[in-house]
Amino acid sequence: MTATVLHVDGLGKAFRTYRSEWSRVLSWFGGKPDILKEQWVLRNIGFRVAPGEAIGLVGQNGAGKSTLLKLITGTLRPTAGRVDVHGRIAAILELGMGMNPEFTGRQNVYNVAGLMGFTRDRIDTLMPEIKDFAEIGDYFDQPLRIYSSGMQMRVAFSVATAVKPDILIVDEALSVGDAYFQHKSFDRIREFREHGTTLLIVSHDRSAIQTLCDRAILLERGAQIKDGTPEEVMDLYNALLAERQEQTVEVRRHDTGRTQTVSGTLEAVVQDIGLFNGRDEPVEFVNVGDPVTLRIRVRIDRSLPRLVLGYMIKDRLGQTMFGTNTFHTEQILEDLEAGSVVTYTAAFHANLGPGSYSIATALVSSDTHLINNYEWRDLALMFTVSNHDKPYFIGTAWVPPSIRIER
Amino acid sequence: MWSMLRSTWAFRYFIVSSIKTEFMSRFIRSRIGGIWMIINPLVQVCIYALILSSLLSARLPELADQTYGYAIYLTAGILCWSLFSDVVTRCLTIFIENGNILKKMVFPKICLPLITTGTALVNNGLLLLAIIAVFAVLGHGVSPSILLLPVLTALTLALALGFGIVLGILNVFIRDIGQVIPLVLQIGFWFTPVVYVPSVLPDGLRAMLFLNPLYPLVSAYHEVLVFGRTPDLSALTGTALLAFGLMAAGMFMFRRAGAEMVDVL
Repeated sequence: MTATVLHVDGLGKAFRTYRSEWSRVLSWFGGKPDILKEQWVLRNIGFRVAPGEAIGLVGQNGAGKSTLLKLITGTLRPTAGRVDVHGRIAAILELGMGMNPEFTGRQNVYNVAGLMGFTRDRIDTLMPEIKDFAEIGDYFDQPLRIYSSGMQMRVAFSVATAVKPDILIVDEALSVGDAYFQHKSFDRIREFREHGTTLLIVSHDRSAIQTLCDRAILLERGAQIKDGTPEEVMDLYNALLAERQEQTVEVRRHDTGRTQTVSGTLEAVVQDIGLFNGRDEPVEFVNVGDPVTLRIRVRIDRSLPRLVLGYMIKDRLGQTMFGTNTFHTEQILEDLEAGSVVTYTAAFHANLGPGSYSIATALVSSDTHLINNYEWRDLALMFTVSNHDKPYFIGTAWVPPSIRIER
Repeated sequence: MWSMLRSTWAFRYFIVSSIKTEFMSRFIRSRIGGIWMIINPLVQVCIYALILSSLLSARLPELADQTYGYAIYLTAGILCWSLFSDVVTRCLTIFIENGNILKKMVFPKICLPLITTGTALVNNGLLLLAIIAVFAVLGHGVSPSILLLPVLTALTLALALGFGIVLGILNVFIRDIGQVIPLVLQIGFWFTPVVYVPSVLPDGLRAMLFLNPLYPLVSAYHEVLVFGRTPDLSALTGTALLAFGLMAAGMFMFRRAGAEMVDVL
C-alpha cells in the first residue's frame, strides 16, 4: 500500500438547527438533542492523496468546496466520517489573516507566524528569508497601513509559505499581486511539489487544473460525483454547467461573478444562441484558429419595419475583440411579421488568444442601439479558447507569423 | 485535556506576543507610548485618594480613624472588582469577536481567553502598583499580609475565567447572553461592598451578601490592603469551590462546543 498524506473517509458536514439553542447546550451534557433541521452541505466524501500528488477541486459555487477545505484544515469539525492528515498543512486561503495595519511588516510576520504555531526562535531564523522573498525593501520595517495591497500580499504569502508544508492548499484567489510576484509564488509552489508537498487546488479554471494537477475531484451539491483525471472531470463539470444554463432567467449572475443584463423593448428577442464547431456540434471550448459558427435565432414578437442584428466578442475584462452588425454588412431585414423567427449564422475562425470570451448581442433597427433598441443582451454566450496545437503565444489575438531567420 | 495543554504550550509564544501586541496596538501611535499604561491607573487612584477621601470618609465609621481610609477601602475593592469584571466582559465576546480568525486559522481556541487573562493581569498589576505608590506617598504603607494578594488575585481570576468561559461559549449560540451579562455585572457591582461597607446595609440585605461569591474575596482584599490583617482564608472555600466548578464546567463545555462553535460564528 502506498503512503497517504491525506485520507478523507465518509466525510459529511451538516449544519444543524435546533428547536432551541438551549437544547443544543443540553446536548453537550448528554441531553437528547432536539434537532429541527439538518442541512447537509457535504455528504460521503472519500479520497486518498499520496505524497507529492496535486489534486484539483472543482465545483460550482455552493458545491461545498470551501467547506471541504475547512474540514481538511481543521477549522470545521466533521459531522460524519473523518479526515486523517499526516503532516503540516499550509493554506493560502486567507492571506493577511491576523495582520494589524498599525504594525510594521516585521512585527506582523512575528504575529502571523506565531498564530501559525512557530516559536520566537524559529521565526527569528526564518525572518531573513521571509524578508528576502517579499522583496519590499525598506517598507518591511514600516507600518502595514502605508503598504499597497500587493505589498501586503507579498508579506502574507512569504510568511504562509516560509516553511515547506506537507500539504499546501491553494485557492484560486492567489492571482493577486503583480505578474512578477505571481510567477515567483508559483515557482515556490512548484518547488515545494518537487520536494514532495501535496497540492490541493481549488479553481474554476480548466487550464490551471489541467496543467497543475494529476487528478481532479468534482463536487456538486455537496456530493463527490467524480474523482478522475483532470480532463474527464473538467468535461463533466462543463456538462453540468451547460445543463444549468438551460434553466436561466433573464437577469442572472454568471459564474464569473458578472451580472448579465438584458435591456430593450423586447419587440424582438434572441431566442437561442449557440457556438458550433466544424461538425456542427455545440462547443464551449474552442481551439485557437478553429472554424466556428455562431448561430442566433431571433423571435419577432411585434411587427417591425426593420431589423439589424449586431454582436460583439468580448474578452474576460469586457474589452471588445470584434464586433459588427448586419447594417454594416448590408443585410438589413425589412417588414417583419410578429411571430416569425429569423436565424442568423455567422461563420468565422476563432483567431483569439487563449482565455475566456463572451458574446453580446444587439437587436436594433439601424446602426446603433440608441434608436429602437429591441433587445441588448450582455453575456449572451460564454466560451473559452485554448491552445491545443499552435506554438505558444500570448495575447488575445491569433496573428500567426511565418518567421524567417537569416544568419 | 492533555493534548489541549500540550498544544497550548506549543502556542506559548503566540500567547505572550499577542498580549504584548495588545498593549502595543493601544499606544503605538501616541508619542509617549507605554507610559500611558502607568498614567491611567495613577490618575484613577489619585482621584479616589484626594477627592473622595475628603468627601465621603466621615460617613464610614469603621474607617474614621484614617484620613485616607475610605479611599484605600474603595481602591482595594476596585482592584478586585475590575479584574473580575474585565475578564468576564472580555471573555463574553471573545469567541464572537475572533470569529473570523477561528473560521480560517487552526490554532488552539483556548489561547484566546489566556491572552485576555494575561492582558487583564498586567492591567491589574499596574493598578496595584499605582495604589501602593500613591498610598505610600500619602503615608499609608503596606503590611506583610500583602504577600497573600497573589493568592487572592489567582482566585479572582479563576472565578472570572470560570464565569467568562461558560458565558462566552453560551454567548456564541445564544447572543442575548451578551446583552444580559453587562446588566447583571452592574447589579453585581452594587451588590458587592466596593463603594460601601457592609455594615451600612439593612440586616436582611446583609445576610444575602453571602450569596455573592465575590463578597468573601473583596473582604479579603480589604483585610489585606486596608487593615493590613491576614484574611480568614477558610471564608474563601465556597468561592474557591465555585471557581473550580465553573472552570471545570467551562473546560467541559469548551471541549463539547468546540466542534459546533465555528459552525455558527
